[in-house]
Amino acid sequence: MKSFENVLPKLVIAPGFVLGFAFIYGFMIWNGVLSLTGSRMLPNYDEFVGLEQYVSLWEMDRWLVALKNLGIFSLLYVGGSMLPGMGLAIFLDQKIRFEGVLRTVYLYPMALSFIVTGTAWKWILNPSLGLEKLMHDLGWASFHFDWLVQSDTAIYCVVIAGIWQSAGFAMALSLAGLRGIDDSIIKAAQIDGASLPRIYWRIILPILRPVVFSTVLVLSHLSIKSFDLVMALTAGGPGYSSDVPATFMYVMSFTRGQIGLGAASATMMLATVAAIVVPYLYSELRAKPHER
Amino acid sequence: MITKHLPRALIYGILLIAALFFLAPLYVMLATSFKDAAQIRSGNLLSWPNSLNFESWQLAWSSACTGVDCRGLKPYFVNSVIMAVPAVLISTAWGAINGYVLSLWKFTGSEVLFGFMLFGVFMPFQVVLLPMSQVLGYLGLSSSLGGLILVHCIAGLAGTTLFFRNYYTAIPKELVNAARIDGAGFWRIFFRIVIPMSTPILMVTLIWQFTNIWNDFLFGVAFSGADSKPITVGLNNMANTSSSVKSYNVDMAAAVIAGLPTMLVYVLAGQYFVKGLTAGAVKG
Repeated sequence: MKSFENVLPKLVIAPGFVLGFAFIYGFMIWNGVLSLTGSRMLPNYDEFVGLEQYVSLWEMDRWLVALKNLGIFSLLYVGGSMLPGMGLAIFLDQKIRFEGVLRTVYLYPMALSFIVTGTAWKWILNPSLGLEKLMHDLGWASFHFDWLVQSDTAIYCVVIAGIWQSAGFAMALSLAGLRGIDDSIIKAAQIDGASLPRIYWRIILPILRPVVFSTVLVLSHLSIKSFDLVMALTAGGPGYSSDVPATFMYVMSFTRGQIGLGAASATMMLATVAAIVVPYLYSELRAKPHER
Repeated sequence: MITKHLPRALIYGILLIAALFFLAPLYVMLATSFKDAAQIRSGNLLSWPNSLNFESWQLAWSSACTGVDCRGLKPYFVNSVIMAVPAVLISTAWGAINGYVLSLWKFTGSEVLFGFMLFGVFMPFQVVLLPMSQVLGYLGLSSSLGGLILVHCIAGLAGTTLFFRNYYTAIPKELVNAARIDGAGFWRIFFRIVIPMSTPILMVTLIWQFTNIWNDFLFGVAFSGADSKPITVGLNNMANTSSSVKSYNVDMAAAVIAGLPTMLVYVLAGQYFVKGLTAGAVKG
């Protein structure tokens, strides 16, 4: 009986872990194998081509455009969500009336699908009847706004919608961090004659560093994975000017019949996310035994 | 605390302007959905609708066309419900059991296993798309709701396990040990002691999973067939269908319909939603 009690927990989690690991690591390897084949419409494991898919990937203009867009998007999306998010959190932390209502308002976009957000912003940013018409009606006759349909600016529309969706998330995490700070630290600094901006800059921000760090981490990995918003807002267009790696991977694998190339691009995405996330997970898990 | 330095009015002003920025798209969606085509052309984004015109809502729900298919969003909505309910329940229950073992029945190597599982929360799912679609083919689940349910159960497992494991780690070991001395076994402790303490984390996980699965687009677009498309795919196809006349009012009504279930959950149980967001990020 005793030995059964010892085995039972392992038996119970076995199915979840076997399937979970097959899904995560098994498929990772499988995808890696596919990326070394010349698969086109259908997976073809007999045609081994080595790293050829990766070579052609890095020679493709479309992939380089996708990477450049990812760079622009990640930087502006993470920074643009983080700064206003933290600002709002600091303001909300000043014993504000209706704080609960305001928080709910800032955060509700997070509950929506990126497809819903994208559909709404596509209408708001559309060149003829959207923002441009609104500004004209408000008296700004020369206002011109057609970013959504211009190849060099479409990605910035994705940034705008992305920030609208995620700034509340940065706010919620920062606020949780601020609430964890002991009031007496601030009082002591005030007694020492420190001004409030100085207190926030020199004392509070350093305490918040881990929170800022994990928020940036979560937002960055979301930005690498972002797919829905681009599909709904621009579908990668005009042409492929607002493509990102995730849409590139989907188009190559499922509509262009370039499975090998799609798998190679997925591997590149995986490597990027792993480079950001693995050190974080490692440090989190290593730190834990000391805490207990 | 900033009070003495910055006038409070300024703080309230900034907070209010931010609130308007976040609310504006919702207002635009609702206002547009009640306008008719003529009013969309003559008015602007912020103009108030002349009348409450429910025609676009009716169209969006039951007869708007996506290509040649003119059944509105209804079939997609139904698909999403059929997909989300079992996937949410299974992935939550499964995560609870895993989390229970990983926190209260630790064994050599269980922490390492958990660490490897954790990567599943962050990995880009693009990596699994191609292998998974082949596996679904082998299982005869290609382009079916069953296949989507399976994918969501496994894809969500890492996250639900993380939620429950972190929550159960806070349960005092003495409680479990005492129960074991009294002769309670693995399942008895789980159902009699642990589950009754789990209401908050159950709510968090159920809401988290529901929001994720309802809002999913990647798996939906990659693995569904003509009759198993979830609502996000239906909405995207409808809004991006290239017809001669763009009916923005119908698109907006459709977008609100697609967002309504998760919005309702958020309004009714927002505190759990926020906890899920922060739990996923702050404690890895």
